[in-house]
Amino acid sequence: MTELSALYQDVILEHNRSPRNFRRMEDADRHAEGRNPLCGDQITVWLKLDGDVITDVSFHGSGCAISKASASLMTGAVKGKTRAEVDRLFDRFRGVVTGRGGDAQGGELGKLAVFSGISAFPLRVKCATLPWHALKAALERAEQVSTE
Amino acid sequence: MPAAPVVASGSPAAGASGFDVARVRAEFPILAARVHGRPLVYLDNAATTQKPQAVIDSLTRYYSAENANIHRGVHYLSQLATDAYEGARGKVARFLNAASPREIVFVRGTTEGINLVAQSFARLVVRPGDEILITGMEHHANIVPWQLLGEQTGAVLRVVPLTDAGELDLAAFERLLGERTRLVSVVHLSNALGTVNPVRRIIAAAHGRGIPVLVDGAQSAPHLAVDVQALDCDFFVFSGHKLFGPTGIGVLYGRESLLDRMPPWQGGGDMISSVTFARSTWAAVPAKFEAGTPHIAGAIGLGAAIDWLSAIGLGAVTAHEDDLLRYATAEVGRVPGVTLIGNARERASILSFALDGVHAHDIGQVLDLEGVAIRAGHHCAQPVMERYGVAATARASFALYNTRTEVDALVDGLKQVRRVFGR
Repeated sequence: MTELSALYQDVILEHNRSPRNFRRMEDADRHAEGRNPLCGDQITVWLKLDGDVITDVSFHGSGCAISKASASLMTGAVKGKTRAEVDRLFDRFRGVVTGRGGDAQGGELGKLAVFSGISAFPLRVKCATLPWHALKAALERAEQVSTE
Repeated sequence: MPAAPVVASGSPAAGASGFDVARVRAEFPILAARVHGRPLVYLDNAATTQKPQAVIDSLTRYYSAENANIHRGVHYLSQLATDAYEGARGKVARFLNAASPREIVFVRGTTEGINLVAQSFARLVVRPGDEILITGMEHHANIVPWQLLGEQTGAVLRVVPLTDAGELDLAAFERLLGERTRLVSVVHLSNALGTVNPVRRIIAAAHGRGIPVLVDGAQSAPHLAVDVQALDCDFFVFSGHKLFGPTGIGVLYGRESLLDRMPPWQGGGDMISSVTFARSTWAAVPAKFEAGTPHIAGAIGLGAAIDWLSAIGLGAVTAHEDDLLRYATAEVGRVPGVTLIGNARERASILSFALDGVHAHDIGQVLDLEGVAIRAGHHCAQPVMERYGVAATARASFALYNTRTEVDALVDGLKQVRRVFGR
């Protein structure tokens, strides 16, 4: 696999072209905006909660292919999960994209494993984690979060 | 070490001016580097330029044979270092055609130069409600210092709007020059659009109303010959590292009569005439503005860069870069989906563009894997991005060592971007 295709895997390119859950949510319980002031990326995440469980999630905004695909895949991965499960998933995801934690294969990460190639591109880690920071902020009722 | 194969063909050979790009490239060790297995194509010169061997050697020589503190020791090395540092000031004065080396203040860079003028000159002259006039294409370094000044003094920032082509609206500029305008601060060559502003005309109009003008020359100094007396500007600032010199050194040119009136903005050693606990008096310019031990090596390295650039001649540099920019504008503009951002009649060295449906960072990333270094982002000019309705642009910026072959590599890279993203 070339460096190029390790970073821009087909799944990532496909989610960039056709992002899932890419819509504003009028009746959300929570929302938060994530910004990367260095590059101007901006992603808002909306949530519906039933107790501790995320019953619906969507996002909108502008960003590079990595942040957009990451947001798209994230929305698919966290729907139906509890806050504790989301925390654990984000920890594993962050470990894999930074190259510091465990292997991407096997179990929990599922499709999110396509981002493992990012560990070779440290400057892009913030792109991949931006939507997750916004999601966490929404869960914690912060309205804005910045990766800087 | 293999020579970079990207040189030679397709680039104008030594023309009537005697400019020989292959010989110039050979003086830059880093240009022989390979990146991701490809020859480096360095097109991020508006961010910083690479350094010729002459500049690298000047730093080594200073630290190996001349290092001492300046302006104080009676010993041999201190005299050598002082002569080299003040010699560099003289080189800068000649480079800008300043009336005297006393008009040359060494600072860290363009940003510090503008902050110095804001905190010393402007603070002296503005009252609440007075106006500082800038333009819609300024770098953040020529916006934020005036906002800080406004918070301190109640001064108000006014902004000259831009046309769709990326030029200043000069009629609006003349209307905005008013009774309360205390300073005009304008970029010479826009880092985000490549626009060359008609600074001579702007200065004449401002002076007609007795208003001084600061010219931000961060991008212009390495590409266009600058004569501060012909321009008649009151302040001119630029950075050494964008002019083939070291980082951390830059220049504030100030008209001597203004510098004389201005209070110091930092206190410390080297800037005083006498100090008692009751009161201190200031040294004459430019020492008044150079508190503490300056970046001696940086100034010497900048002097070496100026010597090196002057030996080539900015006339030849401008001609070569204009050819490259024309070629790049045509070739990049021909790539399907590309929109050029900034179509001013007068442009230099910078090509800013967007590619339909592909974020600038992804363009930059794919190009990097092809060995091509460009800048992607807002270029520290967020108001410009907003004016043209883009979140970010990709920017290729040229220096005298770039070639048409490198422009071809950029274009091939953009085609690769289109393939990757299915455009």
